[in-house]
Amino acid sequence: MQDKLTGTVMKLGKNIDTDQIYPGRFLELTDAEDIRRHVLAGVSEDYAGKIRKGDILVAGTNFGCGSSREHAATALRFSGFAAIIAESFARIFYRNAINLGLPLIICPGISGKVQEGEVITVEIRTGKITAADGREIARAEPLSDYMLNILEHGGIKPLLAAEMEQKAH
Amino acid sequence: MHALEKILAKKAGKASVTTGEIVDCEIDLAGVNDLYLQTVRSFAEIGATQVRAPERMIMFLDHYAPASTVGQADNQKKFREFCRLQGVSQVMDINEGVCHQVAADRGLVGPGKLIIITDSHSTTHGALGAFGTGVGATDMATILATGRLWLRVPEVIRIRLDGTLKRGVYAKDVILHVIGSLGADYAVYKAVEFIGPVVAGFSVSERMALCNMTTEMGAKTAYIQPDDVTMAYVREHTKVPYEVVETDPDFTYAEELSFDVSGIGPQVAAPSSVDNVHPIGEYAGVKIDQAYIGSCTGGRLEDLTIAAGILKNRKIAPTTRLIVVPATKKVLLDGMAAGVIPTLIEAGATLVTPSCAACLGTHEGILAPGEVCITATNRNFPGRMGSRDASLFLGSPATVAASALEGAIADPTPYLA
Repeated sequence: MQDKLTGTVMKLGKNIDTDQIYPGRFLELTDAEDIRRHVLAGVSEDYAGKIRKGDILVAGTNFGCGSSREHAATALRFSGFAAIIAESFARIFYRNAINLGLPLIICPGISGKVQEGEVITVEIRTGKITAADGREIARAEPLSDYMLNILEHGGIKPLLAAEMEQKAH
Repeated sequence: MHALEKILAKKAGKASVTTGEIVDCEIDLAGVNDLYLQTVRSFAEIGATQVRAPERMIMFLDHYAPASTVGQADNQKKFREFCRLQGVSQVMDINEGVCHQVAADRGLVGPGKLIIITDSHSTTHGALGAFGTGVGATDMATILATGRLWLRVPEVIRIRLDGTLKRGVYAKDVILHVIGSLGADYAVYKAVEFIGPVVAGFSVSERMALCNMTTEMGAKTAYIQPDDVTMAYVREHTKVPYEVVETDPDFTYAEELSFDVSGIGPQVAAPSSVDNVHPIGEYAGVKIDQAYIGSCTGGRLEDLTIAAGILKNRKIAPTTRLIVVPATKKVLLDGMAAGVIPTLIEAGATLVTPSCAACLGTHEGILAPGEVCITATNRNFPGRMGSRDASLFLGSPATVAASALEGAIADPTPYLA
């Protein structure tokens, strides 16, 4: 896991639900390559095409509320977004995204502090968020050791695979 | 400790747990639904080969029942193969219905159980004193591989419901009122417990609707302390061992709220968020194209019976269609035996076989751009039931039935016998 991420901000509002992140009609898709094409299709059909690799998504409260569909986290994980910073996250989405190795940063008040198109840097471990000129914009809640451990392994799957492998020997 | 904490402590093999602690719990019932073939994929990706406890896994082919595209059919086929290969005998195929109600109907839910299903509305099981919560596919793969999952011990918010409900006001109206007051993210990561005379007066069906909808305020789980009503249901239905646990008198809640719901009338959540709740009067007369009764929220026998009471010897408006989806096979059969289903069909309802159907916008009644629907389901997010340019109102089954009659959003009270 890269600790320091620099990217351009794309902004969304509050209560961005899983139907907006990944509409139900695409749930039968199973490959990440297909799934990522429909990321945020409930916000706008062509959203996937607007994301450039390394962009950072900034959203309001309760991001990912709604369904347990892991497709929502998968779509975002493979969309090009390096991380998501939100004022708060819904719990199943939070688990799903961390499990897939997508850094989620909780930062109350962030929506009012960054602009669409602005370049920011996020330090995952400390939660420090800085502007292009180095000025500190905000300090996010630090991730728990439990979540950091999962992210450092690139997600829960590699972590569990390693554990399973160990037990087998 | 709270009863919910005692459940987690027991499943983690610990004497006690504290709020915020992360515990590794053995899962009593692990339910997988047909939307998430990723469960099987993640299972393989983590290097697992055998389901740790096939007798504690249950497969629900409910969201795509029956399949309407080749892709859906293929996902269901792969799930059936996985279960056959893994010796999972509890396969609830497309003839069974919606996971949460199927689990209750089949007696798999009881007090003290830790139930995890790949469905966000697993909070429903708190109505029977269980700890129910939803997870995604990869978490479920972990459970299948190890029999266990890490859970954070949640803070508990206690909501007291006081007063006497007016005619025409049901559990769905009460929970919409609560969500409207508190907001869609009020209980994120937390557990919600309901107490008070209104809860005591609710049937198990209404309690399930109440607990089910706590998902829409972000709750991790919901809980109602088992009482005589619960135990009468449990003695009749529950077929697995269970244990009633109780909260210690000195337990400190994260918050204690109370609502006097005597004054409220029927409520609707207007487009497009569940906390956009208003008294029905503010939207009465808004024309609707579709009315929908069904799902794990509003598709139980009591819901259909209330709707049939309103629609008996009447016809729905010619400009409106009414879709009725009994939650399970049992609801359908009981509804047929009681004459409820024929009444609904004679009034003009379109009957869909038990499943999640259009609740999540995959099939069986999705909406065109510009259409308006009032539904007894749980979410009115943009695009939830089809087109992003359709509008969804949430209400009780009674409100939906009355609205189908008038072809416009309507208060059910005048139609009650």
